[in-house]
Amino acid sequence: MRLLKLIPDNTNIGFVRLRGWAFGLTALLTIAAAVLVGVRGLNLGVDFVGGVMIEASFPTAPQLDKLRGDVDSLHVGQGNLQSFADPHVVSIRLPIPSGNDEGATNRVVNNVKSSLAAKYPGVTFNRAETVSGKVSGELIRNGLLAVFLAVTAIAIFSWIRYEWQFGVSTFVAIFHDVLVTLGFFALTRLEFDLNIVAAVLTIIGYSINDKIVIDDRIRENMRKYRQMDMRALIDLSVNETLPRTVMTSLTILLALASLLIFGGPVLRGFTAAMMLGVFVGTYSSIYVSSSLLISLGLSPQLSEPKKKSGPPDSAERVG
Amino acid sequence: MLDFPRWKVISIWLVLLAGVALAIPSLMPDRVARQLHLDGMSRINLGLDLQGGSHLLLEADTADLVKQNLQKMEDTIRTEMRRGDPKIAIGDISTSNGQLSFFVRDVSQLDAAVERARAQTTAVGVTGQRDWNVAVVDSTRIVMTPTKAGTADSIDKAMKTATEVVRKRIDETGTKEPTIFGEGTTRILVEVPGLQHPEQLKALIGKTAKLEFKMVDMNVDQSTVTAGHAPPGDEAVPNVREPGEAANAPVRYWAVSRRVILSGDDLIDASLGKDENSQPAVVLKFNASGGKKFARATQENAGKQFAMILDGQVLSAPRIDEPILGGTAQIHGSFTTDSANQLAIALRSGKLPVALKVIEERTVGPQLGKDSIHAGVIASVIASVAVIVFMLVTYGRFGFYANLAVVLNIFVILAVMAILNGTLTLPGIAGFVLTIGTAVDANVLINERIREERRRGRGIVQSVELGYKEASRTIFEANTVHAISGLIMLVLGSGPVKGFAVVLLIGICTSVFTAVTFTRMLTAGWIKRHRPTEIHI
Repeated sequence: MRLLKLIPDNTNIGFVRLRGWAFGLTALLTIAAAVLVGVRGLNLGVDFVGGVMIEASFPTAPQLDKLRGDVDSLHVGQGNLQSFADPHVVSIRLPIPSGNDEGATNRVVNNVKSSLAAKYPGVTFNRAETVSGKVSGELIRNGLLAVFLAVTAIAIFSWIRYEWQFGVSTFVAIFHDVLVTLGFFALTRLEFDLNIVAAVLTIIGYSINDKIVIDDRIRENMRKYRQMDMRALIDLSVNETLPRTVMTSLTILLALASLLIFGGPVLRGFTAAMMLGVFVGTYSSIYVSSSLLISLGLSPQLSEPKKKSGPPDSAERVG
Repeated sequence: MLDFPRWKVISIWLVLLAGVALAIPSLMPDRVARQLHLDGMSRINLGLDLQGGSHLLLEADTADLVKQNLQKMEDTIRTEMRRGDPKIAIGDISTSNGQLSFFVRDVSQLDAAVERARAQTTAVGVTGQRDWNVAVVDSTRIVMTPTKAGTADSIDKAMKTATEVVRKRIDETGTKEPTIFGEGTTRILVEVPGLQHPEQLKALIGKTAKLEFKMVDMNVDQSTVTAGHAPPGDEAVPNVREPGEAANAPVRYWAVSRRVILSGDDLIDASLGKDENSQPAVVLKFNASGGKKFARATQENAGKQFAMILDGQVLSAPRIDEPILGGTAQIHGSFTTDSANQLAIALRSGKLPVALKVIEERTVGPQLGKDSIHAGVIASVIASVAVIVFMLVTYGRFGFYANLAVVLNIFVILAVMAILNGTLTLPGIAGFVLTIGTAVDANVLINERIREERRRGRGIVQSVELGYKEASRTIFEANTVHAISGLIMLVLGSGPVKGFAVVLLIGICTSVFTAVTFTRMLTAGWIKRHRPTEIHI
């Protein structure tokens, strides 16, 4: 039986040669993402801004404008209506009614539900959520803290386990991944809620996994080929791990694609973010973290006593 | 590496078999599990997002509790100073700025007063710190301030009682399988699977249910009483809003004596009943001492009115026509059957030591959960089949071993979750996907490394050995990193993030076992038995 080999043996793609182009692309993507998040902002769900959210499922897709008018006519505050992926499902977001009276929130929710039920026969309500400003503040703080601490802890781990350059490059690369993912959410206006924080953490997890595999190979090759130039060594390491990189990302993309297509609307934002994360994470392993190692001056000769620092070209020929 | 002693092989298989056996009850529908008498076994619970239901996060009003404590201390000091021997005259007692301060009229009694005030404080916590600080200011004034330890202790006690009271109230409504537990120092989380209309539940929990009977001051023209203005010894208590009353109608106040004749603490039962006009009412039954107190008060005050006050509002103020000796009373107001029943439940389960406020509320419809599970199952099956086929065509026999490992891994994760009585949520399913992804990645790493070593011209045994050795280092590092982020999420994350982290952490541990140890055993066994001269990988 002939087995499938996605990457031919002894593939040698000059990844490092394209470093300049990649740097431009990375800068462009990062700046675009930062601008998008800054200007357009994230479509934060009630988890993070507080408020009332009612998700209604209509038998026939309603016209959002008309529905918005219906909700506005109830005078329950500035409504925000959205429909993603499935036009039958609309999420209605309202501010928390003023006053401390708990009955007020109940009345708003019941008011919206009953008047929609009267106007749109057959409507069902999937979810109703009320999050007070106090809780939402804590949720956003804890979410940010969790992401920041996770990334820092991972960078410290890479630093202790290898050289400091690995720690820095990993930190920068993951920061890049998170920023691009946030940019994606700002661009698509997909709702950013607590579940998405879990998705961002998954992306970080996947990305770091990918970087560890390549870093580990770079480390191994650094011990093996003491004389090799760092550029050639990184190319060698990336090419050696390429079959694994392709195989793993394809497997995960395959699984995610089935979740995206068949997994239902609830998981859709989550899955889309993760798919993007697989691409971004794989890209940043090669072009952000590995490239950065060169810029940070890591070289196999460093672990040796510093007797000579010959021109890198000659070192490559020796290796 | 070909060396797998028999005991090791047997124990690995036993662990995996146990995993499958423990996971099975969780995979069955409830009905089937009950028929096979497996419902007693630990099973995985489905989160509210998967089975539908209501989630309420309640927060205690601690400021109110501190105020209550001050008030209580004020009453105690008043009685103790008066009752003790010798009697100590005090004045200008006030509870402002979070402290209780009073003036001792006779300076020579100051030390005795401090002594007596100190006797009212108690030691709390492990350090044995007093719960109140007693200090003398301006050599005539005593100031009592609650200490941090004292406040923390009183909040802690109140939260414990409040959690119990909430549990009792929810149990009384016949709700099935509610989850109620304290979160942090001042919060209680309530999750009720299947509940679609949490309004009643909220109303029930929102009531402090502090019931007091007090005499109405008959010397005052009740129509002149306004908020905060009542004769000395009396207090102004608002009347409850009658249903149908306009929202902006002026609130009516009653002047009632401060002295409590009877309180909810003396209740032994409260139930739904009917009054003489067949309107819903709440029937109260007092214990012996409560009954006696009530009998005496009604004997002494015939012809006067007394107020039934619930949570600071007058529900009704009936006239005492004749002494009530039976130890029972009836509250009637404008009740519906539902509201009367709710009040009865709230009174039966005791009063909340501190007011609770709903700060987060989520309700998931049953259909959404069902659709999510259905879609999730279909997607998982398709994803699994795709991955399995992909691994098979890429690595042949080694791919088969990896697939076997992944399938067993799923069972083992489910088994561990069942043992821990874990809850599976949608983010948890996402955690599953990531875990399975990394488990597959472990085998990809191993198999690619074996291919690589073969290409370099090493022998079969040596390639396999090196492949596992080199890849294991990478896998270990990657898993350590996952564990670090998983732990951070578990500690800091709330709700969904936590659900994700739990599955991730379990998956990291089990996948090392299945993806590395188990596949190595299978590969070693095969090489030992067949001594292949060539491997297809």
